[in-house]
Amino acid sequence: MTTANSGNMEHDTDFAHEGHGDISVGVSGAGASGDGSASATRITPGNALRPEDIALEVRRGTAKPSEDVAEYALRLGDDALILAQRLGHWISRAPELEEDVALGNIALDQLGHARSFLTYAGGAWDKSEDDLAYFRREHEFRSAHLFEQPNGDFAVTIARQLVVSYYQYALYSRLMQSADPTLAAIAAKAVKEVDYHRDHSAQWVLRLAGGTEESRRRMIQGLRLVWPYVEEIFEDDELTTRLAERGVAALPSSLRQEFDNRIAETLAEAGLDVPDVPQSLGGGRAGRHSEHLGYILAEMQVLAREYPGASW
Amino acid sequence: MASQNLQSVPAELSPEEVEREKAGQAYFERIIAEDSRIEPRDWMPEAYRKTLLRQISQHAHSEIIGMQPEANWITRAPSLKRKAILMAKVQDEAGHGLYLYSAAETLGQSRDKMMEDLIAGKARYSSIFNYPAVSWADMGAIGWLVDGAAICNQVPLCRASYGPYGRAMVRICKEESFHQRQGFEILLELSNGTPAQKQMAQEAVNRWYAPSLMMFGPPDDDSPNSRQSMAWNIKRFSNDELRSRFVGMIVEQVKVLGLELPDKDIRYNEETRKWEYGPLDWEEFKNVLAGRGPCNSQRLERRRQAHDDGAWVREAAAEYARKQAEKEYAA
Repeated sequence: MTTANSGNMEHDTDFAHEGHGDISVGVSGAGASGDGSASATRITPGNALRPEDIALEVRRGTAKPSEDVAEYALRLGDDALILAQRLGHWISRAPELEEDVALGNIALDQLGHARSFLTYAGGAWDKSEDDLAYFRREHEFRSAHLFEQPNGDFAVTIARQLVVSYYQYALYSRLMQSADPTLAAIAAKAVKEVDYHRDHSAQWVLRLAGGTEESRRRMIQGLRLVWPYVEEIFEDDELTTRLAERGVAALPSSLRQEFDNRIAETLAEAGLDVPDVPQSLGGGRAGRHSEHLGYILAEMQVLAREYPGASW
Repeated sequence: MASQNLQSVPAELSPEEVEREKAGQAYFERIIAEDSRIEPRDWMPEAYRKTLLRQISQHAHSEIIGMQPEANWITRAPSLKRKAILMAKVQDEAGHGLYLYSAAETLGQSRDKMMEDLIAGKARYSSIFNYPAVSWADMGAIGWLVDGAAICNQVPLCRASYGPYGRAMVRICKEESFHQRQGFEILLELSNGTPAQKQMAQEAVNRWYAPSLMMFGPPDDDSPNSRQSMAWNIKRFSNDELRSRFVGMIVEQVKVLGLELPDKDIRYNEETRKWEYGPLDWEEFKNVLAGRGPCNSQRLERRRQAHDDGAWVREAAAEYARKQAEKEYAA
């Protein structure tokens, strides 16, 4: 591939050294960054675990999830994937450029976690992350209803982020000690990122609650809209009970106290009450979803399904 | 240039002020002659300030409007890896917009005012973003051709005489080369894929080739501002010079892609040592510039809507900050 830019550049050596933009890096796959194999997807610096690393371990057979572990990873992966899909819609539509960057960052982190969990889950069924993301139907998704809730206005998105980030922080902090080393490694990477998501959402809750009358009204409404979906993420079932007994999963109900305490602190600081609204029945973990998921998947999967078997 | 600038000194200045102006101007001219850098607090001719403000803000607007055609495919990206790369890329563009608005602010105009001008249709941005991104392969063609052309344009700007602009461009160019590479990879993958994928890639290259060549601006004999910008060491190479270099670059790269450029007239002229290309439709360019492109109105409306929808959030943040400052003051 190096021939791609060697030709005319001989005429233009002065140009090649013109500045720092090193155009040759554009296609030769080596150079200025110092890491020829660096991919633009490598968004986390250092030696953090990437989906590609997990895929390699799965192929080599050094990481092989049991059916139960795969089901559990699928839940976590689907939560993150559906949220990433929702958040991705904000990019180029946010209230400030800084928020285009911040929400984009959070979406990217979630997508990274989704890719890791799905890659690992797929190891049990000989499926890739893309097989799982693009070629399952609604009833095969295991995400909780919270994650598929529409973005709404910025306050609704922040309310959803508040719940998600506090939940995921509690979850991943515990999963770091999982008896399953791959889940523990994914969680160890994710927890650092989710810590930032938590800070982002809490800061915005404070600003919106303490800003103008309008922003306060919208923040309260946003919290009321997402709160019916809180209960579901803390529900235990046979799978999580079995896995928690073996020290693999964090039992969802066991995360509730920490979540409630921290949420209460943040909402109290913002002068807000925990919404008193009926809890929705949920059912996402069993593949029973709201009407929203169908549209999310239709958009997400359309191109991949138009060209089945194609490589991108 | 000296006499021209002297004439711009207003007559009502006191003798001391005239002296200060003269000293500032002498400093400016020495810096330009030495090919060194002007910094925000230095004296600079009004026309230099205006030219830079226009160029940097247009560049910032281009980054922001340029997010839209690609954001259009984030939710539909055909693999999770491609989705991640595309998200990161569009996010980088928001970041580039931020550095550039900051660089422009050092020339004395607020970001709010620049954004206002953009939404009011008073400011320009790169015309190419008024074309629609209709297929996934357009993500490849935009990265390879549009970002490739942007790099050719921007690498020399890293040495622009205005410090904040040059420094912003250094960082931007580093990221742009990743962007170009991801575009190239998308096309390479499609080209090596099924016949339908390869066709998708070729059609995208056909669509974006001419608009990307026109990104360098009008031909040299029709580019009134270029000469002055070159004298001020803002611009280093003429539009046609850069365009020719770009053609030379992509003519080689397209072979690796296994695709074709939709231009049978491309050739290397041994005498002029320049790459030549077929005629470009400058009428279309002018039309798109004048607001008659396929997406002009859509792009501005989307920016306006995001801005308007976010107004209550920005007000809340400002009000919260004011209250916090008040509390701290009281304490």
